[in-house]
Amino acid sequence: MTVVSSVKDLEALSLTVVAEFDAGVERVWQIWEDPRQLERWWGPPTWPATFEKHEFVPGGEASYFMTGPEGEKARGWWRFVAIDAPRRLEFDDGFADDNGEPVADMGTIHGLVTLEPIGDRTRMTVLSTFEAEEQMEKIIAMGMEEGMNGALGQVDAILAESVSA
Amino acid sequence: MVVDQLGTQLRDEEIDRLFQAFADTTRRDIVRRVTVGEYSVSGLAALYTMSFAAVQKHVAVLERASLVAKEKRGREQIVRANHDGLQKARRLLDEYEIIWRQRADRIADLLAETAPAGPGRTHENQQDGNRKVEG
Repeated sequence: MTVVSSVKDLEALSLTVVAEFDAGVERVWQIWEDPRQLERWWGPPTWPATFEKHEFVPGGEASYFMTGPEGEKARGWWRFVAIDAPRRLEFDDGFADDNGEPVADMGTIHGLVTLEPIGDRTRMTVLSTFEAEEQMEKIIAMGMEEGMNGALGQVDAILAESVSA
Repeated sequence: MVVDQLGTQLRDEEIDRLFQAFADTTRRDIVRRVTVGEYSVSGLAALYTMSFAAVQKHVAVLERASLVAKEKRGREQIVRANHDGLQKARRLLDEYEIIWRQRADRIADLLAETAPAGPGRTHENQQDGNRKVEG
């Protein structure tokens, strides 16, 4: 069971997901720090992400696109707000136009990631805060995509987790 | 602060309906389209190589999952994204949770690899965190 709990705050429009991994904090930090590893999990398998820019320093920017089954591209940007390796990462995430420029009226998601050691394992907490419902709706409509097919086999497991959460 | 209660039977059924709703390419496409604009059922039907009745069925599945709402306007049935206050916020957060659960599973798979061997991945480009690509 990877995700151990989740909490939603409907007024703040935030989601907190807590996951635990069989790896040390330094190793888990790499999946954020190394764009080649980040690419392997950020987008669903049929909408893989490609990071063209990944300036992993405070104030640095990342630029990425996700490629759909028919070659269509959805672009996004990040700005790294704070980085405290290997424990804490804060960044803003938003949509970009075809030139990679931020689309202002789509708003941003603020992400706060914390890693804590539990013995030789790691607990990762991701707090995502949206600016507006309309923004969530668009992000989710794009983010759900083809990944849902592969996820169907996991429905039972997810429902079982929800019950025990 | 309104914090969603996890683990109720009702919520499981809702998540199940969401999964079913998103399990189909046409339904995902309909959701994307009505998120950015309004479509009539016949307008949607014209987009796909399937019968009007089949498209109507897809819309009904999305309605049951509270993803879209239908409203009669003259002779047309207009399909739009469902706007429903806190209920909608919870549904959106439910969907976003599914995205993160999938990401967490992919991370666990990645970490389980003893010798990472992704496409085109070498020790050198692992070090190169600030690569820039033109275009």
